[in-house]
Amino acid sequence: MLESETLVVLIALPLFSSGFLLLAGRKADKWGHLFATAIAGSTFLLAMIEMFAMVGREEANRALYQKVFTWISVGSFNVDAALLLDQLSICFVLLITGVGTLIHIYSISYMSHDPDRRRFFAYLNLFIAAMLLLVLGDSYLNLYVGWEGVGLASYLLIGFWNKKPEYATAAKKAFVVNRIGDLGLSIAIMVAFAVFGTVTFKGIEEQANSASQGAMVAIGFALLLAAVGKSAQFPLQSWLGDAMAGPTPVSALIHAATMVTAGVYLIVRSNFVFDNAPIAQFAVVIVGAITLLFGAIIGMAKDDIKKALAASTMSQIGYMILAAGLGPIGYAFAIMHLLTHGFFKAGMFLGAGSVMHGMSDEVNMRRYGGLARYMPITTITFGFGYLAIIGVPPFAGFYSKDKIIEAAFNLGGAKGIVFGSITLLGAVITAFYMTRLFMMTFLGKKRWSEGQRPHESPFLIWAPMVILSLGSIGSGFLLYSGKRLEYWLKPVVDKGGHKHEEFISHATVTTMALTAVLIGVAIAIAKYRKDIPIEAPEKVSIFTRAARKDLMQDQINETLFMRPGLAITSTLVKTDEKVIDGLVRGVAQVSLGSAKGLRRIQSGYIRNYALLILIGAAALIAAIWVVTL
Amino acid sequence: MTGFVTPKLEYVALLPMLIIFAGAIIGVLVEAFAKQSLRKFIHSLLTPTTLLLALFQVFANKDLVTTNAAINSVVIDGPVIIAQGTILILTLISLLFILDVDSFAPEASALPGSEEERKALAIGKQQTEIFPLLLFSVAGMMLFPAANDLITLFIALEVLSLPLYLMAGLSRRRRLFSQESAMKYFLLGAYSSAFFIFGAAFLYGYSGSIQFSQIRSAVVGSSGNDVLLLIGIVFLSVGLLFKVGAVPFHAWTPDVYQGAPTPITGFMAAVTKVAAFLAVLRIFYTVLDGAIWQWRPLLTAVAILTMVVGSVVALVQRDVKRMLAYSSIAHAGFLLTGVIAFNKAGLESSLFYLLAYGIATLGAFGIITLIQDSQGEVTDLNRWAGLGKKSPAIASAFAFFLLTFAGIPLTSGFIGKFSIFSAAYESGNIAVVVVGVLTSALAAFFYIRVIVLMFFTDAKDATVTVTLPTLRSSIAVWGTAFLTLILGVLPNSTLSFIENLAIFTR
Repeated sequence: MLESETLVVLIALPLFSSGFLLLAGRKADKWGHLFATAIAGSTFLLAMIEMFAMVGREEANRALYQKVFTWISVGSFNVDAALLLDQLSICFVLLITGVGTLIHIYSISYMSHDPDRRRFFAYLNLFIAAMLLLVLGDSYLNLYVGWEGVGLASYLLIGFWNKKPEYATAAKKAFVVNRIGDLGLSIAIMVAFAVFGTVTFKGIEEQANSASQGAMVAIGFALLLAAVGKSAQFPLQSWLGDAMAGPTPVSALIHAATMVTAGVYLIVRSNFVFDNAPIAQFAVVIVGAITLLFGAIIGMAKDDIKKALAASTMSQIGYMILAAGLGPIGYAFAIMHLLTHGFFKAGMFLGAGSVMHGMSDEVNMRRYGGLARYMPITTITFGFGYLAIIGVPPFAGFYSKDKIIEAAFNLGGAKGIVFGSITLLGAVITAFYMTRLFMMTFLGKKRWSEGQRPHESPFLIWAPMVILSLGSIGSGFLLYSGKRLEYWLKPVVDKGGHKHEEFISHATVTTMALTAVLIGVAIAIAKYRKDIPIEAPEKVSIFTRAARKDLMQDQINETLFMRPGLAITSTLVKTDEKVIDGLVRGVAQVSLGSAKGLRRIQSGYIRNYALLILIGAAALIAAIWVVTL
Repeated sequence: MTGFVTPKLEYVALLPMLIIFAGAIIGVLVEAFAKQSLRKFIHSLLTPTTLLLALFQVFANKDLVTTNAAINSVVIDGPVIIAQGTILILTLISLLFILDVDSFAPEASALPGSEEERKALAIGKQQTEIFPLLLFSVAGMMLFPAANDLITLFIALEVLSLPLYLMAGLSRRRRLFSQESAMKYFLLGAYSSAFFIFGAAFLYGYSGSIQFSQIRSAVVGSSGNDVLLLIGIVFLSVGLLFKVGAVPFHAWTPDVYQGAPTPITGFMAAVTKVAAFLAVLRIFYTVLDGAIWQWRPLLTAVAILTMVVGSVVALVQRDVKRMLAYSSIAHAGFLLTGVIAFNKAGLESSLFYLLAYGIATLGAFGIITLIQDSQGEVTDLNRWAGLGKKSPAIASAFAFFLLTFAGIPLTSGFIGKFSIFSAAYESGNIAVVVVGVLTSALAAFFYIRVIVLMFFTDAKDATVTVTLPTLRSSIAVWGTAFLTLILGVLPNSTLSFIENLAIFTR
């Protein structure tokens, strides 16, 4: 592997900038946002340079490695703080820095009225640094640092407007739910160290084939738990909707394009674990399938534009996780969908932000309507994202989602039919709820109140949206044509060069997928062509009601975990007070009592002390006599 | 012709002690001939120079091993080198406090409260004999662990003790109290010396020699059940255990620690313990090792008793110096577990413990000298309430030393306790370890109580202030705190240094 001296700069730049802006104080308020944006831009430039350099190298020499310092060296446990930039991580690095830079630019204008704009940008830089560490770490432990770092940045940014208690609660919820997933990652690291004696990707990969099945399955499930938490997959999905409390650029960057996809990265990166643990791999598919339907169903009922998009994110990541669970045939497509999704979902979130900007922060789509006339650029860029996500050719999502559906069918047998059908069903629902969202927002009659003055957003807001919409149009074809991404990633995720059996022809899949899209769109148009009531109707089916309540996820969590948890804690507190404190107090009483007794020996008279010494000597003589008997 | 044969002396091996004795004698001459006003200045140069010279010489001697330094009466080996080095380093640190604070009586011969005393105070007199006394005591302490026969051991014991008796009575404030404690210390010290010399006589009677090596071979060759030997062991132990302050020979400790000038209390608590414990270790490890089945149960009982009484009685102390006195009794108990361990690890961990405990003790007593009101030091714990708010830095340092005594990780106290208990555990003395750990937990209570008092209780007494530490005492306080931290976080180099040297030569 080639050594590099400069990889660390990618992380150090935004990290330093973040610390600097936080410490610089109010003096930096005037230029802090520009500084942070410039830093983000420079990391993107560096990433581009690395990218071109990598493309220029032979396939065997593409990966770069840098040991930054020896982190832990205790006995046989050695961890270097080391970075690895290979074909897989460069995709992420480009996505993070590219979309990241655009969102920095967007935020300059979007956050311009916020007195804490500098702090916001410092957190954004912190996020970039942590996310880059996550994808560049050469071992699970280094990844873990980045993993926790993005968790922290996410927490800080969701709760950025923490003056509102419910926003602060949302941040806490995201944090707590993520902790459960993080537990999985730390367990995986510990098991990996216990079994392999190392935590580097390379070291584990080398021993993966000879390791015991049990260990692999354990690590696989622990990693899956981690991925489920971070990527808001079933059953740890409940935090993502609430995370929309953060400023919209944050939702676009962290909760759509990058951080929530870290779970997908983790699974694809750990391909050597899952390929050797078929049970865990199958669990990944199941989790992905459940979530993609789950998110899509929630998306159908949401009236809050950001929450609808969040549900859609959950569902789309479900697609990626499902693809990642398919093994070598799916990894590349998971990443491809991740990248295209990064463009179109970030674009749509920014579009939603632009709508909110023009509508005095209104998020209820029932109070939108007919905005296309007032916000043409937003409508068009959003429209491209919309076409991309439902999978209309030649937009980006068509290629990536099509390939996932095809791969699911190609599992073969009953499994193939079940999961293929689920992905198709997901496509129908996606087309439905996205059409609904688009129509409710941009088409139809205006339903907003008189006071609203919808208007197009300023240049700094729409420019990033335009750039991202170009991605929504072209990125899919670019990555798909000539199997470009597949070949690019092959050395990382498919070393064995597995043979893929084809159970279904490409043309059939495309036909079915497009039919699915058509069905979804048609139902939506039929349903939402009519007038849409401003208040959400009360008399709706139980399914709608359930979907509005996020399919009862909070209630389930509350009954299953929170209430028993509270009961356990209160019991423990009582035990602590009664039994343990009682014991301690008892011991204290006895000790103090005996101390008072013993204290009397200390009379202050020499004669007593001398007598004590004499008695002691006599006792020792007696004792030694007893001992030697 | 059998004439007088000049004894062969290994001057290099003896040099550290000779330097200290010479410094002490020069100090006496200074007292006799130098002008009153110059004396303190001269001592403040002479004493540290002497100690430093001796320290360098000890370091230069570190690979020296001899039992024949002075016609078989002095042994120099690794543990002695470490002990002497530790004694000198700790004395240097305590000297920073002794020099700094006018804790000592202006004229010891003047009656407390008399006209002469007032005059002496008025003209700013100071009892500077403290410095040569200190050096004599240090010389005795350096000889004590190096003694290779009973007579040398006894003489060293007296040389180290007599100046301590004097110094304990030299407090500037509460002089009657100080003198009372000195008197107690002297009488009880004499009493225990009687036990000691009696024990030595019995051992001589048993083995026909005062030489350690010959006593040892007599013990090893026997069943170990001779009455003379047993009584000798017990009486000698009484004398030694008195010096380390083990229960039930501890009664003098709280009274003397409270009454003595605080810098001297620190010196006694830290440095005397090193000398005394090294002598204990040498006697039990190399002289009486043949009789281990006789003395081990005795020492086990004493250790358990010491740990329990020290920790329990400390709970109810209201005076910080008395509390630290009981804490030092408890620590003597912990150190005895290292003797009971009777293995190399026991010796190594005892040496480390003595160094770590000595440094922290000096720091803690040094801080006590800084907490004052108009009448001098404040040792009533109730009046320490809220100190953390008045002067957070000093209170934090004191809290840190208390945590060290409690053996909280990241302090040297943790490493010390951990290694000494491990050594005892390895040797199979599990009961002692269990008691040690339990009493440590108990002891943590009263240490942490003081921390709570300093930081989480509101001040009731506005008169208590922290005197602004001078440069010297700042160096001493922060230096000891720093060393305590270093020994707690990075103990490896010290431990391996000790490990390489900790081998007794018989």
